[in-house]
Amino acid sequence: MTSPLEQKLKITGPVVVTANRLRDGAVVYRMPDGRWSPRLEDATVVNTSPAATALLAAAIADDISAVGAYAAPVRIGADGRPEPGNLRERIRHTGPTVVPAIAGGT
Amino acid sequence: MYLYDELDRTIVTERVADFRDQVGRRISGALTEEEFKPLRLMNGVYLQLHAYMLRIAIPYGTLSSPKLRMLAHVGRRYDRNYGHFTTRQNIQFNWIKLEDLPDATADLASVGLHGMQTSGNCVRNITTDQWAGVAPDEIEDPRIWAELLRQHCTMHPEFSFLPRKFKIGVTAAAHDRVAVKIHDIGLRLHRNGAGEVGFEVLVGGGLGRTPFIAKSIRPFLPKRDILSYVEAILRTYNQFARRDNLWKARIKILVHDLGAEAFAREVEAEWQHIKDGPLALDSAVVAEIASRFRYPDYARLEDNPPELARLRKADRRFDTWVGNAVANHKVPGYAVVTLSLKPEGGPPGDATSDQMDAIADLADHYSFGEIRVGHEQNLVFPHVAQRDLAELWHALDHIGVATPNVGLVSDIIACPGLDYCSLANTRAIPVAQELTRRFRDLDLARELGRLHINISGCINACGHHHIGHIGILGVEKNGEEFFQITLGGRADEKAELGALLGPAVPYGKVADVVEEVVAAYLELRERPNEKFVETVKRVGVQPFKERVYATH
Repeated sequence: MTSPLEQKLKITGPVVVTANRLRDGAVVYRMPDGRWSPRLEDATVVNTSPAATALLAAAIADDISAVGAYAAPVRIGADGRPEPGNLRERIRHTGPTVVPAIAGGT
Repeated sequence: MYLYDELDRTIVTERVADFRDQVGRRISGALTEEEFKPLRLMNGVYLQLHAYMLRIAIPYGTLSSPKLRMLAHVGRRYDRNYGHFTTRQNIQFNWIKLEDLPDATADLASVGLHGMQTSGNCVRNITTDQWAGVAPDEIEDPRIWAELLRQHCTMHPEFSFLPRKFKIGVTAAAHDRVAVKIHDIGLRLHRNGAGEVGFEVLVGGGLGRTPFIAKSIRPFLPKRDILSYVEAILRTYNQFARRDNLWKARIKILVHDLGAEAFAREVEAEWQHIKDGPLALDSAVVAEIASRFRYPDYARLEDNPPELARLRKADRRFDTWVGNAVANHKVPGYAVVTLSLKPEGGPPGDATSDQMDAIADLADHYSFGEIRVGHEQNLVFPHVAQRDLAELWHALDHIGVATPNVGLVSDIIACPGLDYCSLANTRAIPVAQELTRRFRDLDLARELGRLHINISGCINACGHHHIGHIGILGVEKNGEEFFQITLGGRADEKAELGALLGPAVPYGKVADVVEEVVAAYLELRERPNEKFVETVKRVGVQPFKERVYATH
């Protein structure tokens, strides 16, 4: 099997690199300085396959901060900030869509 | 209730110490994720969309009140004040932190609870009837056999790295409440022509991407041979199953590819080598296990006390609940009570920590401190005196677990779906929530009779959609949620896979389509007591399809 580090990412629009924080599993996004943030607006947004591949490779190499890194699609909002690009990422970003009182979701 | 011994306690305590060390080494960086993942999975720890998830086994679905209080505590202290009861007699906590897991598992171990073998390619939690030991239609308590198998399969070195996960279910009643025919091994205790009690052995059942109903490979197996025969099946599976393809690694594929007869021949050949060896059961061993299941000291009570009849007549809501949630018990004057975890608009199978604490207190007062968990994601009080039913109903109603919808259209099975699960393609819980709102009219629900809706958010089928009377499977199409509907599946002794109704429908249309299906059933049924599945069996899906797709 090819290592994710050797795979070339094919992307069709802007992406960020996201993962789950090691200590608590919280959703985090890769920032330009190589650290992770729980806020999507802090994320590095890339638009080309080589840039996404490089960003992801660095994220995967950082095995001690976050787990399961991958490139996730985003849309750029009217204010220029990234927004989740699909339902899965929206739920990861905002929380479960079930009863808020129970799940702490939306 | 089963009394675990010192060996059980030692195994669980030692595992907590090992896991504490492993988590510490992972957080320090001494272990990579690749090294750590199989270790956390062996303890029931998954990484889901938002957080880690801890799955805890509830062997044969039996809980004591201290255990339930401990689950409430774990929910409160380490999670978000609730837990989710699954379709396999487990409970899951959805928001647990890795750094809290050593303390959480230590707390659980203090009452004998753990997540061992709730994940990974091993023999998973062995499930039985939630009415075991109290059902009037059972031959004997199936938990004795589930416990024997549990002991044999726990940390069994030969079966810790199977080609895929392996699920065993045991039933001992005429009516199958375990869904044994969708298990890797289904065991059905029954009496043969000579009056002896033994097992029918079924193999190769399962849902997921390639669903199969299990095939019977031995109509009657003496009880003394149960361990050796299960061992022979596991060895045959371990030897021949495919390890090269995740989707073809389950025993159901092997049984299908070889054919049930050829598979049975392999098992029998293997069994001949071991059947008279150390695994042949000594009746003293079985008696020892059986003696550790303690039954309540029941009072001598009369069935159907006049006061109960009077109270039922006086209060329609109470009468409705008794008619729906209360079942016969094998001991006169007692009843089996199902607690619905399916309130209108609620996520199926969820219970808050406060509810769990209250249920534990009520179990102490009304059910000899015992609670059961069923695969339909509801709870059961197995030993309630009929004279206490009215008092108990008031208390259960007060905490929101007395919705009289057990077995009815709003008693929906649903997996966590895309709201939590990293494997899911679509949501499942919000679909269930909407359906419970649409079918909030419990008079209509009773008019419809037994009708099971099962919802899965992906093809892995944790929500058992294939065997729902109405099955709903989420699929993703171009980034949108769509749902395939199947009709006529069933999970019981007449288990069958549902047939596809037609093209998948979008998220916003699912509840409308289900309402159309239900309306069609009311028109198509021959008589008021023809059940939904019987109507589908008689007329097929075509009349339903014509109605649904004519209007959508």
